[in-house]
Parts: sequence; structure tokens; C-alpha cells
Amino acid sequence: MTRWAMIADLRRCVGCQTCTAACKHTNATPPEVQWRRVLDMEVGEYPEVQRVFVPVGCMHCADPPCMHVCPSTATKKRADGIVTIDYDLCIGCAYCAVACPYQARYKTDEPSFAYGEGPIQSEAARFDAGRYGVATKCTFCSDRVDAGLEQGLTPGIDPEATPACVNSCIAKALHFGDVENPDSNVSHLLAENQFFRMHEELGTDPGFYYLWDKKAESAA
Amino acid sequence: MSFGPKPWQQLHWDERAAANFILGGTGAGLLVAWAVSAAVTPVWQAYVLAGMACIGLGLGAVWLEIGRKLRAIHVFFHPQTSWMTREAMVAVVLFGLGLAALVSGWRALGLAAALVAIGFVYCQGRILHASKGIPAWREPAVTAFIVTTGLAEGAGAFLAASAFAGSAHRAGLAFFALAVIARALGWSRYRARLAHGASRRALDALDPAGRILMQLGTIVPLVLAVAGLAFGQYAAPAGIFAGLLALGAGWYLKFVLVTRAAFNQGFALPKLPVRGSR
Repeated sequence: MTRWAMIADLRRCVGCQTCTAACKHTNATPPEVQWRRVLDMEVGEYPEVQRVFVPVGCMHCADPPCMHVCPSTATKKRADGIVTIDYDLCIGCAYCAVACPYQARYKTDEPSFAYGEGPIQSEAARFDAGRYGVATKCTFCSDRVDAGLEQGLTPGIDPEATPACVNSCIAKALHFGDVENPDSNVSHLLAENQFFRMHEELGTDPGFYYLWDKKAESAA
Repeated sequence: MSFGPKPWQQLHWDERAAANFILGGTGAGLLVAWAVSAAVTPVWQAYVLAGMACIGLGLGAVWLEIGRKLRAIHVFFHPQTSWMTREAMVAVVLFGLGLAALVSGWRALGLAAALVAIGFVYCQGRILHASKGIPAWREPAVTAFIVTTGLAEGAGAFLAASAFAGSAHRAGLAFFALAVIARALGWSRYRARLAHGASRRALDALDPAGRILMQLGTIVPLVLAVAGLAFGQYAAPAGIFAGLLALGAGWYLKFVLVTRAAFNQGFALPKLPVRGSR
């Protein structure tokens, strides 16, 4: 079995938001919608202060609350772990949005544009009325993953088959791959480093891992 | 250990969603209150109609909130796990039974609708409980609170209406007292459990409404009800005020719960990055 997962190395992320920009460019999301966000956290008290940049978005949970609550079956989970939304089925009730513990879902009722009331050329070219009034979120760039696999490429290794945010990361903080494959890039990273997942206590089994330290030599 | 940004109020569900919980619970409670005292209640059709109207208005309010109104029928597609689908399905059965009762004049169908109404308000409680993104909602005790406050609000509406019509009776009063006490217990249990789960800001929003629920929505109505029993000449105004206070306090708390105390969990880092280790 395959389970696509993402890793964010918190030691490497510099908070440049390039992943956010790449996601917006790739997926043509409207203003204020960021499927890939980077939180800028300030931790501690002076003089012991640390700044941490934390990429967040849909965690593509193995047990996604959004899917369970969805009344229309618009939210589904693929066999490879990617959680999807069928925009033609979604009624825009936003129940998934309040069920998601990661604030990963957006619902935009009216079209809005970056500059004024009308779209700029690129926005007009990629305008999709089907994405208004429904829930949207990170797709793990499933279209890129699927197209890449059809060409015999390896998601997470070959850029053409890899999510845009991962491709764009200037610090190699983001990684993507098959966490079920013990020889994959992400499996190696998880074996070599200590990690956690966001809000694990909720039992959602997220597919997004955060590296925070290397493993001790004896444990690695 | 949490280093995440502070939780913030969800903005996906607003007053329209709150109206569904407010009117749905009251409508269901009104049907149950009527059913409990059906044997001695005249013009029963009015109560059945009012209960269904409340539920219908609530569902209409939430329909106004959905993004794709013409696809509303899709709400029925996921009964396997979605409590919103189940709520919609139960509503269909409830309306079917209620309308059949009104058309046929067969009171037993109205009683069946009241039974189904308990299921409807239970679904509403489970809708909140399934919302894992909102700590104040996902607390399991919220279901009992939503059910009991729905019954108390309905009992309040029933008491006020019957007192106004001059047809108040001990059965309605007894149910009212029981429902209000059950709600107070449900709220106390829910609030106690929230102490360890919800954010401070959520509790700060909820607590004033909780005090109103306990004082103006529980103690004062019970005192008024007893006074009405003791001093018969004041029974009607006492019943009206008691019912309306119980009703209004429940409405206010549910409004706050949905639109003011629905803070998400924010983000939390159980570990901080050890930079330079790789």
C-alpha cells in the first residue's frame, strides 16, 4: 500500500513563505486562501526567545473528521491516503471546516481578486466558478502526483510528480513521499530523526510529520 | 506544552447556524412537552404545528448559510457517519408524521412525531460533538446539554403558551420543572468537563451565559412556577414569565456557544526544533 505523506523539518524552515506563494500560483487560490500556510511562532520569554516557522495545511489524516461529518460524501479519502473534495457534490455547509482540527479548510462564497474588483489576466485565465461556495483545501497536488505516476516518475523525488510547495522550498525543509515504503525518502527521514504530528491526541493519524531533532546515535 | 498561536473564534457557522440549534431544539422540545401532557391539552394541533414550524425555520436558516443552496438535497447522501445527514433524515420523518397527524386528526401520529423529535435534537447534539476542530463542541457532554436545553426551551414555550391561553395544567408544569432541572444538571456537567478542554477565551464567553441560564433560566422560573401554584390568581402571568425566561436563557446560551465560544484549538508544538543538529 501507498500512503503519501509530507514532512516539514522545523530546523530548516526559514519562514520565507515561498511554499505558500508556490501553492497559490499552482492552485490559483483566491486572496486570503492559503492551502499551504507557514505559521510564525514566537516562543518563550525574553531573553530566552525562539522563533519557529511551522508549515501547516491539510494533514491528509488517515481518520479524517472532515470526511466523517461531510453530509454529501464530497470529502473522500483515496487509497493512497490523499483526502479529496468533490466540488460538484459539496453543498458548502462548512461542517468539515469546523470538524477539522487544523483549520485547513476554506469556503469562499464570492469571487475576490488580488487587485480591485476585477481579475487580472492570470486570474481571469484560471477562474473556476466551481470552487466558490464549496469547501477547498490542500490536495497534496494530487493531479501532479497522478500525472507523474502515469509517466513512471516518483513523487517526492521527481519534481514533475511532487507537490508545488515541496518543489519550491528553498531550505529543503519540505519533503514528500510514500511513508509506507521503507526505502522512500520520507521513511529514511523519519527513521533518522525525531518527529511529532500536530494534535496527535485527537486520533486523526495525520499524514504530515514535523522533524525537530536528530535521533540519538544508538537509536538511529 | 503548547507554543501555538492562540485559538480564535471559528467564523464558518454564524447566526444562521445558531438559529438551527435554537429553533430546532425549541421545536423538538415543544412537541415533546405537548406529548407529555397530550391527554389534557386542547387545540393540540396548534402545538404540533408550532413545533414543526420552529424546526422548519431553523432548517431554513441553515439552508441560507450553505454555499450551494440548489444542491441541498445532497445533505442526504451520507447517513453512514454524518450526523448532519441523520438530522435531515429524522426531520423528514418528523415532518411526515406531524403533517399526517394534522391532516388526519389522529393524535397518535403527533405523539410519534414527538418521539422522533427527541431523535432530532439528539442529532443536533451529536453534530456539535462530531466537530473535532472546536474543543467546546467536541466535549461529549455537549450532547446531553443540547438535548436537555431543547426540552427545557420547548417546555418553557409550551408553559408560556398554555398559560397565555388559560389552559395551563399540572402535567405541563411538572414537565417544565423537570426539564429545567435536567438542563441545569446538563449544563453543570458540561461546564465542569469543559474546564480541562476548552480555551480560556471560550470559557470567558460561555460563563456569563451560563450564569444567566442558571439564575434567570432555572432558579427564577422555578420560583415563579411554584408561586403560580401557590397563588392561583397569578398563575397565568407567572407561567408566561417562567416559560419565556427558560426559553430565552436557553436561546442565549446556544447563540453564545455557536457564535462566541466556538474557539478552535490553535496549533501546538510538543517539541521545539533543535537547530544545528542536522
